[in-house]
Amino acid sequence: MNIEKIVFLGFAAIMLFAALRVITSRNPVHSALFLVLSFFTAAAIWMLLRAEFLAIVLVLVYVGAVMVLFLFVVMMLDINLDRLREGFWSYLPLGATIALLMILEMVLVLGGRYFRLQSVPVPADPGASYSNTRELGRLLYTDYVYPFELAAVVLLVAIIAAIALTMRKRKDTKYQNPAKQVSVRRADRVRLVSMPSEKKD
Amino acid sequence: MELVQAFENYLVSGLGAPWGAYAFTVIKTLVLILCIVLPLLGCVAYLTLWERKFIGWIQIRIGPNRVGPLGLFQPIADGLKALVKELIVPSGSNKFLFVIAPMLALAPALAAWAVIPFSPEVVLADVNAGILYLLAMTSMGVYGVIIAGWASNSKYAFLGAMRSAAQIVAYEIAMGFALVCVLMVSHSLNLSDIVNGQGKGMFADQGLNFLSWNWLPLLPMVVVYFISGVAETNRAPFDVVEGESEIVAGHMVEYSGMGFATFFLAEYANMILISTLTAIMFFGGWASPLGFAPFTLVPPFLWLFVKMVFVVTLFLWLRASFPRYRYDQIMRLGWKVFIPITIVWLVLIGAWMQTPWNIWK
Repeated sequence: MNIEKIVFLGFAAIMLFAALRVITSRNPVHSALFLVLSFFTAAAIWMLLRAEFLAIVLVLVYVGAVMVLFLFVVMMLDINLDRLREGFWSYLPLGATIALLMILEMVLVLGGRYFRLQSVPVPADPGASYSNTRELGRLLYTDYVYPFELAAVVLLVAIIAAIALTMRKRKDTKYQNPAKQVSVRRADRVRLVSMPSEKKD
Repeated sequence: MELVQAFENYLVSGLGAPWGAYAFTVIKTLVLILCIVLPLLGCVAYLTLWERKFIGWIQIRIGPNRVGPLGLFQPIADGLKALVKELIVPSGSNKFLFVIAPMLALAPALAAWAVIPFSPEVVLADVNAGILYLLAMTSMGVYGVIIAGWASNSKYAFLGAMRSAAQIVAYEIAMGFALVCVLMVSHSLNLSDIVNGQGKGMFADQGLNFLSWNWLPLLPMVVVYFISGVAETNRAPFDVVEGESEIVAGHMVEYSGMGFATFFLAEYANMILISTLTAIMFFGGWASPLGFAPFTLVPPFLWLFVKMVFVVTLFLWLRASFPRYRYDQIMRLGWKVFIPITIVWLVLIGAWMQTPWNIWK
């Protein structure tokens, strides 16, 4: 039993616990927070595999941005648990199919030695100076530049579509133009009136 | 050094070869962490005093001058006061999250210091992906605020949490893009490499190091990074999260004693962190501004400290000068002004680097 294995088992236990609590806890905010914990532990496990870029990006994007907005929404909504439970039996077949597929995929990954995985050579240890981030960047922007740019365009379309779907113009909105506000001069607003002082009777 | 070696040998002989080495690494790292965190907390304490003094002078007051000579013991008195006050947990709150929220606010602000280089070779973890690690850590600080706001079970606290979530996500993007410009011109994500990369160039060869630093070619990015940093740390004029005049103290309204003080520690630790990062990314880190005799004799660590104090003082100056932003204007500045500026400058720098006049070879 070496130290890496002990650290891995510790993180794996925390992650399993957090993932279980995501689906079993009754409070949606607690579920979201447990999801944050399981993302963070997944990042730690990737770090153990020396995939530092993936690990940090998982924390940066999912923990730092996506889950913050997710929490934002979950906290604002008043979620009624009884209404959520109503559809349980009708969704069960679909959910069970997806769960079965995922179990199958896991079995394929873990049971690699039944599929002649050992005939593939173990990758050589690249050493401490190897930069995961640099290699990933080089591959993405040279060999796979077209698929990568295509994915970027798909994302851009999705962003614009999401904004177009949610934006609605209201006629009664009072909109201010900051450039106009800043460029206002005293002469536009103030009129100095010269009046003779009144006499006391 | 010999003592450290003797301690390692003692551990290895006592616990067996691998376990002794692991135990030594853990103990050594813990001691080094203490060596960074304790002076940092001292800086945080005295930053509160410096803030009150400095703003006092700006407003033609004296500032705190009663506790100790020149008011120098004021932070200690404040700390003791916060420590002995009662911790009140509201009855309708979520107890666990309520207690853990201040810690979640402080921990990322301290964890980010692991990759900060204080002088050449003096850094706790000299990792390749330093900037990425920093971005990840600073983006986690918002959880303390959000969880505090929700767990307090109070409308004011909740409003503060919502404001903070929207504001921090908005400014993080501009901040990230500003740092992408820095990593493009340095060809590296490692903070030590970024500092070393700034010491080269036409001006540095003539001894005018400060003209070779990143602030000159990336001037709009310095401004964007610094202002986004002010917004990220929820400091005035972007302090609508606390907004005393409208939502009393935002997420901190239900906290008392040390819980409240921990939020303050986190805020000031974040200020010092952002200032140090500005110094490292744009103002040459530990390097001396001029490359000849009296300046090069100053220890590198001191240069970093001087630059940090300079940027922190800018934070305070900003707070004393400007009224609070309106919330919709904060959002507009982040999304419609800063993000377009950073994207344009990113493309500009990229094009510049492809021309023969590239100064970052």
